[in-house]
Amino acid sequence: MTNRIEVLKTYKLYINGQFPRSESGRVYEIKVGKDFIANPAQASRKDLRDAVTAARGAQSGWAGATAYNRGQILYRIAEMLEGRTSQFVEEISLLEKTTTAQAKAQVAQSIDRWVWYAGWADKIATTFGVTNPVAGPYYNFTVPEPMGVVGILAPEKPSLLGLVDCLAPVLVSGNTAILVASHSAPLTAITFAEVLATSDLPAGVCNILTGIKDELAPWMASHMDINAMDISGAAKKNHTALREAGADNLKRIFAFGEKVKTERMISFLEAKTIWHTVGI
Amino acid sequence: MSTFDYAPAPESRAIVSIDSAYGLFINGKFVPGKTHFPAINPATGEKLSKISQASTADVNKAVSSARNAYQKTWSKMPPAERAKYLYRIARILQERAREFAVLETLDNGKPIRESRDVDIPLVAAHFFYHAGWADKLQYAGCGDNPKPHGVVGAIIPWNFPLLMLAWKIAPALATGNTIVLKPAETTSLTALLFAQVCQQAELPAGVVNILTGDGKVGAALVNHPDVDKIAFTGSTDVGKTIARSVAHSGKSLTLELGGKGANIIFEDAAIDEAVEGIVNGIFFNQGHVCCAGSRLLVQEGIHDEVLDKLKRRMSQIRLGDPMDKNTDIGAINSSEQLAKIKELSAAGIREGGESWSPECALPDKGFWFPPTIFTGVTQAHRIAREEIFGPVLSVLTFRTPQEAMEKANNTPFGLSAGIWSEKGSRILWAAKHLQAGVIWANTFNKFDPTSPFGGYKESGWGREGGRHGLGAYFKGGNHD
Repeated sequence: MTNRIEVLKTYKLYINGQFPRSESGRVYEIKVGKDFIANPAQASRKDLRDAVTAARGAQSGWAGATAYNRGQILYRIAEMLEGRTSQFVEEISLLEKTTTAQAKAQVAQSIDRWVWYAGWADKIATTFGVTNPVAGPYYNFTVPEPMGVVGILAPEKPSLLGLVDCLAPVLVSGNTAILVASHSAPLTAITFAEVLATSDLPAGVCNILTGIKDELAPWMASHMDINAMDISGAAKKNHTALREAGADNLKRIFAFGEKVKTERMISFLEAKTIWHTVGI
Repeated sequence: MSTFDYAPAPESRAIVSIDSAYGLFINGKFVPGKTHFPAINPATGEKLSKISQASTADVNKAVSSARNAYQKTWSKMPPAERAKYLYRIARILQERAREFAVLETLDNGKPIRESRDVDIPLVAAHFFYHAGWADKLQYAGCGDNPKPHGVVGAIIPWNFPLLMLAWKIAPALATGNTIVLKPAETTSLTALLFAQVCQQAELPAGVVNILTGDGKVGAALVNHPDVDKIAFTGSTDVGKTIARSVAHSGKSLTLELGGKGANIIFEDAAIDEAVEGIVNGIFFNQGHVCCAGSRLLVQEGIHDEVLDKLKRRMSQIRLGDPMDKNTDIGAINSSEQLAKIKELSAAGIREGGESWSPECALPDKGFWFPPTIFTGVTQAHRIAREEIFGPVLSVLTFRTPQEAMEKANNTPFGLSAGIWSEKGSRILWAAKHLQAGVIWANTFNKFDPTSPFGGYKESGWGREGGRHGLGAYFKGGNHD
């Protein structure tokens, strides 16, 4: 009697709600010891540009969705993630060399993070908006708005929680994202894309690329249609160059510590102040 | 039919005494500079005074005096006492308001009506507002115990000299920082008079330092290793240069940069009010306003009516002596700026725009440009894309509200926009879709210390004013 041959997954990119291979045809090999694990796509500059186009196209619709709706979709991501726990535990423990317990803890935290941010969606404006008592016959108020399209360089480890910590605070307010996943542990990112694809998140709102971060990061920093970046996952030595390149269109560029705070969410907001005359 | 004409109504300049030369204000004292450059009245070309050019050594001295004041005095002072200094400054500014208004108009060229009724009252209001924050910072939405950066380097432009100074110094001091400020090269005088106000208020030495000079002084400040935060207002090009300069250093940076604001007139607008708003949007302060409504977007059905009324209204605009209380448009601030306005206007004509100005005699001396509108402008024209920073309006049209939004947002800038409509739901819809930090509905060019100001996209980083503006002056910014 022969053992059943396992059906292996092709790990592809996630752009505009679809799973294409890299247009460059490139892949790179992931091995654990001598064992072959996968050939994830090595995204190119063109893939990045396609992802930006998708993110820009989806941005006004996502920002225009009600906060209640965005909150429910983020919560739906938590639901889908919960159901896939075992798959993530397997991928994390395999590539991050963690114990099963550590991997489980990472997945649990990732799920809880989505729930936490889901609850923020319809409280951002209440908490960070304000009315201003100007000295004149005007009604004046300031509302937070998303910055637009955000590029994210996710940290190498923890591959799932690190990605969620970058992504959730960007999406919750109505930004759309292009995320470059962990190079060494990319499987969770692509499996996570499958979670997104089944979470009612509109196509293009989140786009995930695998490949070489150092290759893609400068293109991301100099892209004129990206409004902001989270470079927490880029090597420290590259931060200056990325900030310099980002100055071409005055991208807002942030690097955060690991502690979860509202800072990550607020950093990707613009404040819009509206004046209206008062009178009869 | 006989018409009444305006008699001259000049404001007296006797209230101001201008020294023959000014030093740099470092550590509470005026220190003479080694070299000087002239302060010019742009309305006459008259030399008003000699201003010191700060050297690199002066920058070092000013920064170390600010550091010293931060460590020894300002950061140790109870916040309620810090507040009282700011209240004192606000009150002295109110007492000496007319003197400041006259000096601002002489040095900048803006009409006395504006410096007297807009600039200087807002300056005093800005200090009064921020004074009250000094001992209430835990309520600013930046955590229970927000920490100042330390030494702030501020670089400001020439269009609202004292007001821009207030926008930097008031929040910096209220939050517990000390500051080194560089005014624009062509408008140093009110900043130096402000230094005297600091002396009258007995503000501890070194808390405020004022360095006059050219762009080299600003660059030295930006690159100084002991400056913790840079606050800049000026052009987008210089803003990008500064962003590159501080990329390696981790210095906190806020930028208030250029704009190409759309002023959108819907068919249902109250046309006469909208015409007033168009005039205020582009001709206020000679159009030297980063948030000017320099792109007029008129719905097609009312284009002719709006243009007719606008031209008639523009024919009533009085251009001339800024010291005359009836003057609407004063002098262009410098020959360099005048050359830039002329160059872009010439490009507008070359590219097929049609230029119109009312009959308007320009004074013989000084720097002047007539109020001008360009019709037949498309989005591709330079005058529809580049900031002119002068009294020049580009007129474009739209058919549907969606098209208006697309055209308004079709710019790398995102500072301001205006909406004119009598329909509330349309205004709120448009306000939601416009990518700009400040939106004026049925009004334009209004400012207030309680109201956050700042831009999206390439119009800058951060906000000034209101609760949001305070975040820029704390470590870690706006978060809990």
